[in-house]
Amino acid sequence: MTSALTINHYLFVSGLLFALGIAGVIIRRNALVIYMALEMNLNAANLALVAFSKFNKIVDGQILVFFIIAIAAAEVAVGLAIIVALYRRKRTVSVDELTTMRL
Amino acid sequence: MNHWVSISGTDWGMNGRWPICSVWVILFAPLVATALIALFTQKWKGASAALSIGAIVLSFGLSLRMFLLFVMKGIQHQAHPVQWLIIGKTVNIEFGMTTDSLALLMLLVVSGVGAAIHIYSLGYMKGDPGFSRFFACLSLFTFSMLGIVISSNFIQMFIFWELVGLSSYLLIGFWFEKPSAAEAGKKAFLVNRIGDFGMMLGILLLWSYARTFSFAELQQKMPTLGLSSGTLALIGGLIFCGAVGKSAQFPLHVWLPDAMEGPTPVSALIHAATMVAAGVYMLCRVSWLILPSVTASALIAWIGGITALMAATIAIAQNDIKRILAYSTLSQLGYMVMAVGLGGPTPAMFHLTTHAFFKALLFLGAGSVILALHHEQDIWKMGGLWKKTPITFWTFLIGTLALAGVPPLSGFYSKDEILLLAFERNHVLFVMAVATAFLTAYYMGREVFVVFLGKPRDHHAYDHAHESPVVMTLPLIFLALLSIVGGWYSKVPDFLQPPHHAEHHSLLLTAGLIAVPLFGFLVAAKIYCKAEPSDAPVKAALGKLWTLVENKYYFDELYHWIVKYVQGTIANVCDVFDRWILQRLGIGGLSVGTGLLGKTTRLLQTGSISGYAFLIGLGVTVIIYYVVVR
Repeated sequence: MTSALTINHYLFVSGLLFALGIAGVIIRRNALVIYMALEMNLNAANLALVAFSKFNKIVDGQILVFFIIAIAAAEVAVGLAIIVALYRRKRTVSVDELTTMRL
Repeated sequence: MNHWVSISGTDWGMNGRWPICSVWVILFAPLVATALIALFTQKWKGASAALSIGAIVLSFGLSLRMFLLFVMKGIQHQAHPVQWLIIGKTVNIEFGMTTDSLALLMLLVVSGVGAAIHIYSLGYMKGDPGFSRFFACLSLFTFSMLGIVISSNFIQMFIFWELVGLSSYLLIGFWFEKPSAAEAGKKAFLVNRIGDFGMMLGILLLWSYARTFSFAELQQKMPTLGLSSGTLALIGGLIFCGAVGKSAQFPLHVWLPDAMEGPTPVSALIHAATMVAAGVYMLCRVSWLILPSVTASALIAWIGGITALMAATIAIAQNDIKRILAYSTLSQLGYMVMAVGLGGPTPAMFHLTTHAFFKALLFLGAGSVILALHHEQDIWKMGGLWKKTPITFWTFLIGTLALAGVPPLSGFYSKDEILLLAFERNHVLFVMAVATAFLTAYYMGREVFVVFLGKPRDHHAYDHAHESPVVMTLPLIFLALLSIVGGWYSKVPDFLQPPHHAEHHSLLLTAGLIAVPLFGFLVAAKIYCKAEPSDAPVKAALGKLWTLVENKYYFDELYHWIVKYVQGTIANVCDVFDRWILQRLGIGGLSVGTGLLGKTTRLLQTGSISGYAFLIGLGVTVIIYYVVVR
């Protein structure tokens, strides 16, 4: 059964995940949710990398994925800290209201 | 072709008893004095004067020593040229030294007459708040002038030439709080720049053919270059432009009379004896370049002749004691330039030398009169001064006779040589020169009779008049002696170019030339030698002509008109171009354009993160589409 799964299936799911992530970033207004959507993008890339790794019988992709997960973890820590700090200061995490950089 | 005397067995100043190259000391002593005065002794007037006078006396002493060594022992001092400027492989400019007979004579004149005038200034400038500044400028001038004299190439000469212009500017405008003095300084500088620009073009044009600036090399190379007569005339004419400016020849003569705004010692030193003679000196220095061209030398001769006659006619109708002398200087410079143009640099230099003596003397005498009358310069307010200022009167009289060319004073011999030269070469110029000689005697007679004889017209001034102090009368006597003996036995031309053959002309001609100035004095005496002299009879006789010469042929008005309308129009066009095309369209357009661009792109800055994310996504998609699919 597994042989019926080609790389295209994996890539399709990965692309879908990525598109969902982008859509989430664009559509949602809550900074926390946007953040989660961004994580989804990263994982879409991870999925594609693992798929390539498996089908090409090269482990390089999987090693890269480890790095990405590690960095994403660090990034989450920093990003959440920023969002928390932002909330404390502005009492909101809605990106529509965070427009001080705008003219 | 002219060859100034140069002795081949040279003393390089190393093996003599004097280990330092005395030529360099002659040149740099005044500069050191300037620097010391400007930096340290501004407040100690005595020290400033001592430094300045000490420097020029040192220069004079060393020049005299060099001169005597040259004449007696045939030793020519020289100094190793200093490698100064090397540009690429073609331009090699040295800071060199010329010490041939021409340069030696000029060194003596500049430092000798200069020394007398420096000492005289001690009395004349007494009590002036700018005393130290005056001596600093005077020393700077001396340095520059000596620099011109010893220059061994065109570039070196041109630099000192400009330095002389600068120091002249500083000294004319010495009393800069007087607007007329400041204006006169500016005028002199600008008019000189016009001539100097031509000279620079001439030097560069010459270089483009000969590839060297050095006088010695040029003189050797000239015959082999095969320049066409047109080119040669152009180069000669352009270089002559420099002399026209500096020696105040027609049509750039207008600055010299105005330069009389400076202190009188300055008028004597710079605007009579030395600086204005620099043009003539330069022409003599490069006579090998100018004389082969018939056109250039004719141009020079005619400009000189015209200047001589024109200035002499103007001088008869002036009322300022110094301005009369200024026009007389113009006229005599015209003589010298004419002599160079007629192929006689030696008579020109001879006249330059004697003229330096008696014209410096006349100016210093005039200064003494001006000081005696507490800065009164109008000759019609003087009169009868001979009793009050006897030394000034007698020395002034000697100067006058020498200038007019009365034998056996120096002016007679030098002027005689020029007139005889003109008689030989060009009869029209000869007639003009004789007319000038007549007018010279006439206007000088007028000045002497009106200033010193007759009845005092301004009694208040007359009663307070007094003879000048010894520091002023001594230089007068020194220069008067030189004015008397300067021309005897044709020592000067002999020294310049032996063997010098005084050409023998018919006795009639010589007698005529003696009679001309005497006749001039006679006419002047008839009109002005009375108790109450006035211009009225001459005015009546000349009619409109008098108005014309009284207004100096309206040259100033003409130039003013040219500056106002021609130069003014050009300036306006430039102004409009600058203001509207460059400033508004060019610079302004650029700035307004940038501003607009900024304002437009600022609209993209919405502040909505989702908008940015959408644009980023769109951008990435487009890039991927182009990279992968295309």
